Amino acid sequence: MAKYLLLKHYRGAPAAVNDVPMDQWTPEEVAAHVQYMVDFAARLEGTGEFVDSQGLSPEGSFVRYDGEGRPPVVDGPFAETKDLIAGWMVIDVESPERAYELAAELSAAPGAGGRPIHEWLEVRPFLTLHAAVFDRVPD
Amino acid sequence: MNEALLRELVPAVIGVLVRRGADFAAAEDAVQDALVEAVRAPQDVRDPKGWLITVAWRKFLDAARAETSRRDRELRADNEPEPGPAESADDTLRLYFLCAHPSLTPASAVALTLRAVGGLTTRQIAQAYLVPESTMAQRISRAKRTVAGVRFTRPGDVATVLRVLYLVFNEGYSGDVDLAAEAIRLTRQLAAMTRHEEVAGLLALMLLHHARRPARTTPEGRLVPLAEQDRSRWDTRLIAEGVEVLQAALARDRLGEFQAQAAIAALHADAPAAAETDWVQIVEWYDELVRLTGNPVARLNCAVAVGEADGAHAGLAALAEVDPGLPRHTAASAYLHERAGDLAAAARLYAEAAGQASSVPERDHLTRQAARLNALLRR
Repeated sequence: MAKYLLLKHYRGAPAAVNDVPMDQWTPEEVAAHVQYMVDFAARLEGTGEFVDSQGLSPEGSFVRYDGEGRPPVVDGPFAETKDLIAGWMVIDVESPERAYELAAELSAAPGAGGRPIHEWLEVRPFLTLHAAVFDRVPD
Repeated sequence: MNEALLRELVPAVIGVLVRRGADFAAAEDAVQDALVEAVRAPQDVRDPKGWLITVAWRKFLDAARAETSRRDRELRADNEPEPGPAESADDTLRLYFLCAHPSLTPASAVALTLRAVGGLTTRQIAQAYLVPESTMAQRISRAKRTVAGVRFTRPGDVATVLRVLYLVFNEGYSGDVDLAAEAIRLTRQLAAMTRHEEVAGLLALMLLHHARRPARTTPEGRLVPLAEQDRSRWDTRLIAEGVEVLQAALARDRLGEFQAQAAIAALHADAPAAAETDWVQIVEWYDELVRLTGNPVARLNCAVAVGEADGAHAGLAALAEVDPGLPRHTAASAYLHERAGDLAAAARLYAEAAGQASSVPERDHLTRQAARLNALLRR
């Protein structure tokens, strides 16, 4: 099994097929979308593949170290930031193909008009915390 | 009662319940429930196995009655224990086969084996594999449903069991469960029940690799390559046992992939210093391994060994014959380029290999190698 991050972007991913912003949907369409997400996570828990799911506020700041004894520098939010993460799901699956299959299912969540959004999800494999015992090179 | 002792009893007690008529899934649940109670029970139980059987059977009956009354409050089945046959050593063996049944995915087989044969709790298994307990619980109950129709009486192919134990061992350890030690315990138990050469081969392989564990990483978690390991930290007792188990298996003259891998590990273990490694023999064993399995990873490792036996250029030539898409191909290429004296190419390849690494320690190790060479090149 390997863990994958399914990353959902507010901005920065290629345009979805059904690319109507959420605030233009009907309330029922929004409710249907949310329910789809909840059902999807519940189903993955049932298959033993669910690890985590979190949403992120679009409002965020950039923070950096500014030297010993100085307060952190806080900047932003930057309206023009190219890439903005909306949330993620972490899955633990048997193969990359299965990760893609699940990402595609998640991408089919209903949007405007009740039609699938076809949004692009970024799929990123996790690095494991420990190196496997066998198969090291050279070893 | 002692947890380690109790866990050893788990497969046999599940076997007893199944022989008395419980289905596997219910028996397994009942024994887990009994284990929870056993931890709270007094230390001085004279017959822990008898105690566990009694409590597990009571748990099974309670669950069966609850189920029956749910289904049909009028018609109650007679759930009194049949005297039934006593337990048999074969019960535990059959359980290994059931939990590694080919209808299960590798991850399900691993989880089910750790619970039903290893006696670990769902929480412990979830922690070891870094998933929520609820997810692991579902994985296990699905696995139990998958094997529900499998007859408990038939042994299967031992290779499927070995593959599961190999996977458990290879995971190393995380959380508070030492999966490598658990894999060794389960393989040792299996080896005691069957005279299969490859079971012995896998046990030897595990013991020989486990012996090197104290030297494989620094206390901060950095990987230490084989050539740089402090060999005084290798566990000589485990090495001696591994070699003995391997020799007994090889003497039966039915070679298999695990025996071949163990032979390679034994040759490493046998070298007092990295420079004294018998690479020629190691290459021969890799050739044997490739012949046995056709495994591309074996070809890749063989190319590295050829680089040691016949020089880096020979190693690079051998590597050129291996699928470049394999994981760790770039890392092997970086290593051989450095041995061949092409530091610039090696530095570039190490950096590239770091980007392809599948674990944090490997990524960091490969990054350090690239940094080390780049620092040399700047001088």
